[in-house]
Amino acid sequence: MITFDAVTKAFPGGNVAVDNLSLELPTGQITVFVGPSGCGKTTSLRMINRTIEPTSGTISIDGEDVTSQDAALLRRRIGYVIQHAGLFPHRTVADNIATVPLLNGVNKAQAREQARELLTRVGLDESLASRYPAQLSGGQQQRVGVARALAADPPVMLMDEPFSAVDPIVRDGLQREFLRLQSELGKTIAFVTHDIDEAIKLGDRVAIFREGGHLAQVGSPQDLLDDPADEFVADFVGRDRGFRALSFITAEKLEVEQVSAYVDRARGASLVLDDTGRPTGWSVDGQEVLRALPGTFTTRDALRLVTDLAITSPAGAAVRVDEAGVADGVVAHEAIARHLTALRRETER
Amino acid sequence: MIAYIQGNQARILSDLGQHVWLSLLPVLVGVVLALPAGYLTVRYRWLYQPVVNLGGILYSVPSLALFVVIPAIIPVGTLSPLNIVVALSVYSFALLARTVADALISVQGETTWAAAAMGFRPLRQLFGVELPMALPVMMAGLRVATVSNISLVSVGAIIGVGGLGDLFTRGLQLSYLAPIIVGIVLSVLLAAVCDSGIVLVQRWLTPWTRAGAR
Ligand SMILES: Nc1ncnc2c1ncn2[C@@H]1O[C@H](COP(=O)(O)OP(=O)(O)O)[C@@H](O)[C@H]1O
Ligand SMILES: [Mg+2]
Repeated sequence: MITFDAVTKAFPGGNVAVDNLSLELPTGQITVFVGPSGCGKTTSLRMINRTIEPTSGTISIDGEDVTSQDAALLRRRIGYVIQHAGLFPHRTVADNIATVPLLNGVNKAQAREQARELLTRVGLDESLASRYPAQLSGGQQQRVGVARALAADPPVMLMDEPFSAVDPIVRDGLQREFLRLQSELGKTIAFVTHDIDEAIKLGDRVAIFREGGHLAQVGSPQDLLDDPADEFVADFVGRDRGFRALSFITAEKLEVEQVSAYVDRARGASLVLDDTGRPTGWSVDGQEVLRALPGTFTTRDALRLVTDLAITSPAGAAVRVDEAGVADGVVAHEAIARHLTALRRETER
Repeated sequence: MIAYIQGNQARILSDLGQHVWLSLLPVLVGVVLALPAGYLTVRYRWLYQPVVNLGGILYSVPSLALFVVIPAIIPVGTLSPLNIVVALSVYSFALLARTVADALISVQGETTWAAAAMGFRPLRQLFGVELPMALPVMMAGLRVATVSNISLVSVGAIIGVGGLGDLFTRGLQLSYLAPIIVGIVLSVLLAAVCDSGIVLVQRWLTPWTRAGAR
């Protein structure tokens, strides 16, 4: 557990970036710091690994005050990921990943071998190991950044807007994979973002910061959406917070129609499948022309995704697939709306 | 011309040899002094302006004046080759200290921040991250210093120690073109060879700069 106890940071010149922050980040969970730009998220994060020292108050990890520890050794036990990955341009991908093990005196061969394993772990091909960062795409660099932070298997990870600089589709992939990794690794993670959607998607707990380095509210994403502490929080989580709440409900109980009802339809959009039954797109009004599928969902995806897919599909319906990617149901947005109404009645009762 | 070269081969080669060490030794001295000086200006930012200003002033002193002034400050004979070495070391230092400082400052940013945040100690970070990243800019400075030294050494001929410059003075004294042409051609060749040598070393040291983008 990481504990902030009455921590204040005033920069020279009197700029108070963090004001009397008390906060706990539970072990094995993702705590997201979210808020508008300049509200002290990065400063708070950096005080954990002592790249910024607090003006007053204490930060401890598992009860031990961070300022009582050697800064360099402390940092090697804390993974750090930043926005543009901050990879070393002069080192190969493998050597970038091996950075902290090498600092800790692990021998080169072993560190590189382990770096290759980590590459696969973050969803990259081992063949990238000998490339230089400039030869990777932004999304790949970000994955390498994550691998580098994980290399020494630190119990704590600090992530400062790690996915903000990549385009939305890549970001979505990175986020999903990050959650999958975390479900295997169970690190204690402090994650900074200015994007409330990302905060809700990733956070076990979300700490909303406001201007002047004040903590506005902290709680589970559900708490913040259901019960915002004040006007600022309500505003920040947004008017469409009902829609956001759909992020927490899976499509498990959502009833779907038979796929066959949508195949070879004379009028309107008709679903096209390949030989193995995987959906490839929509054809409109019996024409050959395919309109791309906006995506598919499984029973484990959130209703928010299903709603998105249905709205953006030319048929006004989302396609469900099984583990193998074979289409096993279709749901129109009217059906989703009925499902939501039923859910609301259920919770109100 | 050919006859001149054949008749004076030994002389020409010894002038060339002298030219090489008179111009390259100061570069080495300059590098050795400029690295710590440049580093200190980054570590203690207030040093930057004074160092840059001093470098600018030193660099603007005419070389001939420096050859005359140096013996007055330190005990070397005006006609000693050491005088040239010291003077050119001053130039190399003036040029390189600023280059090293600017190169090191230019690499400060997210990457060096990330290095510190991962647990590099300052010295290891300097040698493992900042200097390698600063290499391309520093090597560019090294090329300028080397080539300009090679041309400046010839000026030393005026005070009697000048490597290939001696060929110029001899040619002028004898009103004979051949040694002048040989001197010019050799010093241009020498500059070209040293410059390409540095480029090759740089390519070898910084493979990542050629690892084309995306
Ligand atoms: N090194 C610094 N010196 C002075 N002020 C700073 C420094 N770093 C950050 N600040 C100020 O502290 C405040 C909080 O910054 P930061 O923690 O980076 O915000 P956030 O990450 O939430 O955008 C801002 O007003 C910023 O200008
Ligand atoms: Mg920030």
